[in-house]
Amino acid sequence: MNLSKILKNAFLVVLFGLIVTACATKKSVKTTEPSSTTTTTTTKADETQKADPIQKLDALMQGDVYIGSDTVGELASGVPDRVFFATNETILTTASRETLRKQAAWLRQNSDVTVVVEGHADERGTREYNLALGERRANAAKDYLMTYGVSSDRIKVLSYGKERPVDSGSNPLSWSKNRRSVTVKAN
Amino acid sequence: MRNKILLIFFIYFFLKPGISYSLVEIDITRGNLDPLPISVSPFFSDETSKEKIKEKLDIDNLGSEISKVIENNLRKTGLFETLDKESFLQKPDIAHLKPRFEDWALIKSQVLITGNVTSKIINEKDYIRIEFKLWDVLGAKMVDGFSLTTVPTNWRRVGHKISDKVYERLTGESGYFDTRIIYVAEEGPKTQRVKKLAIMDQDGFNTKYLTLGNELVLTPRFNPTNQMITYLSYFRNMPRVYLLNIETGKQEVVGDFPGMTFAPRFSPDGKKIIMSLAKDGNSEIWVRNLETNIQEKLTDHPSIDTSPSYSPDGKYITFNSDRSGYQQIYVMRSDGSKVKRISFGKGIYGTPVWSPRGDLIAFTKLHKGKFFIGVMRTDGTGERLLTENFYQEAPSWSPNGRIIIFYRETKTDDKGEGFSAKLWSIDLTGYNERLVSTETDASDPSWSSLLGN
Repeated sequence: MNLSKILKNAFLVVLFGLIVTACATKKSVKTTEPSSTTTTTTTKADETQKADPIQKLDALMQGDVYIGSDTVGELASGVPDRVFFATNETILTTASRETLRKQAAWLRQNSDVTVVVEGHADERGTREYNLALGERRANAAKDYLMTYGVSSDRIKVLSYGKERPVDSGSNPLSWSKNRRSVTVKAN
Repeated sequence: MRNKILLIFFIYFFLKPGISYSLVEIDITRGNLDPLPISVSPFFSDETSKEKIKEKLDIDNLGSEISKVIENNLRKTGLFETLDKESFLQKPDIAHLKPRFEDWALIKSQVLITGNVTSKIINEKDYIRIEFKLWDVLGAKMVDGFSLTTVPTNWRRVGHKISDKVYERLTGESGYFDTRIIYVAEEGPKTQRVKKLAIMDQDGFNTKYLTLGNELVLTPRFNPTNQMITYLSYFRNMPRVYLLNIETGKQEVVGDFPGMTFAPRFSPDGKKIIMSLAKDGNSEIWVRNLETNIQEKLTDHPSIDTSPSYSPDGKYITFNSDRSGYQQIYVMRSDGSKVKRISFGKGIYGTPVWSPRGDLIAFTKLHKGKFFIGVMRTDGTGERLLTENFYQEAPSWSPNGRIIIFYRETKTDDKGEGFSAKLWSIDLTGYNERLVSTETDASDPSWSSLLGN
């Protein structure tokens, strides 16, 4: 994939994000209007606060894949350490592939570095199945890194299943942050 | 801890052969909404024995404590209503010799349990001798009983043995009280849980921790024939199935596998372990023979195959696979042939566990954002959901196949706080759902077989 294509993809993602945000804002304004006419100012403030998380959610999730930057660390400067997955899925999204290409490029430049790709699942599945799912996710990321020139003996996989969530919430946004694979330096 | 888990030895004999027909009987195949009134008279001890026992155990009245163990066990079945001791008209020692049945009938008791505890010295060592009798109040006769001699520290197990006898006599099914539960004890914040292997008596007493919490441990399971357990440990960040002898504390990795092994379970004869091996993004089911050290792959499919569990005759294995697109339950022969999907209801299905009776498979089901524990016949028909909650899974059967223990996690609040994990039990009938008390948060319970003598 060439640079212009990547830029185009990134642009599309940003554009989509903006549209979604815009829609959400419009919606939230609409819902607050009727209540503001009939109730006191305090409830009006409450309503706005309530609308906020919904608006945020649309900007942070695409389908049910997390697209925000909260919890995302760096493998190296400018190289995000993790990618996110849809529920029960191991398919890499466009954004995930972009992140992994950055990781691969950096790993090619730093050939002495070895990594562990940790695979994680959200809490909405049975423990044993999630261990297998985490392993499948970590391998999806590993395979992609290998396609971009990182040799397999530099990449170990480690599945944590649902054992190590980054976000302790019990809601769709928290779960989306937890469905991830994280590339961690091992040496 | 080694000494405490040593199997007890005792002289075990029946006072009378148990041939007599009891009028009292309980049908436990349906939810029992009308529990049987039962009186557990405090077991009697003479003053000399009391003093001797107090020296050894620091318990004032051991007889009374043993009767509490029995009472507690029976009440928690939901099948019995244990009557208040305050209402008892007859003194424990007299009742044990010959109950005045009218007195017990007067307080509406249908069954009476009496006993006595004496201290004994055999070969200069202290022992306790416990005698127990089970009386049918309406039939005005003794229907069962036994006496046994054991070391004083085993007194709770004596209570459990008596409970098993009573349960067996009154329901016609074998009991489950002289058993242990192994589980994962949990502490700390949700994002950094510290997990240890723990073991306790079925009634929540005598908790012991078997690992220190330095590495993540998951899914311990009992060997149905001895005191071995198998579990998953992240020792040195290499998730592998281990074997642990809880009497000696000795542990070892099971097999030599080129990837993560997980979801272990013993075969009914205790000689094999089935588990999953995850490698290159694919999980398959393997079996390893612990005697011959031969390991063999049983499934061969690019999907996730996990959570295997043997049928009690060892001829079949039920397992979890997403080969149809989502998690479903399958059954195959124990050599891996004749794979057949059995779950076809709405939702996704996981953690199938074969009942020790062989007729049912317990499972976890996720449907419309809720988690259910249920049972179905081994061909997939007759699905019955027993309990519904925000999150629950990992059913494990009581050795008599009447009760399922599982764990349940709570939903956290807006700040991500309020998380807890607890053990719960429920009858096969769907009645009598109970919190199983544990010292810490708990998950992944596995119920032992009856401990034997």
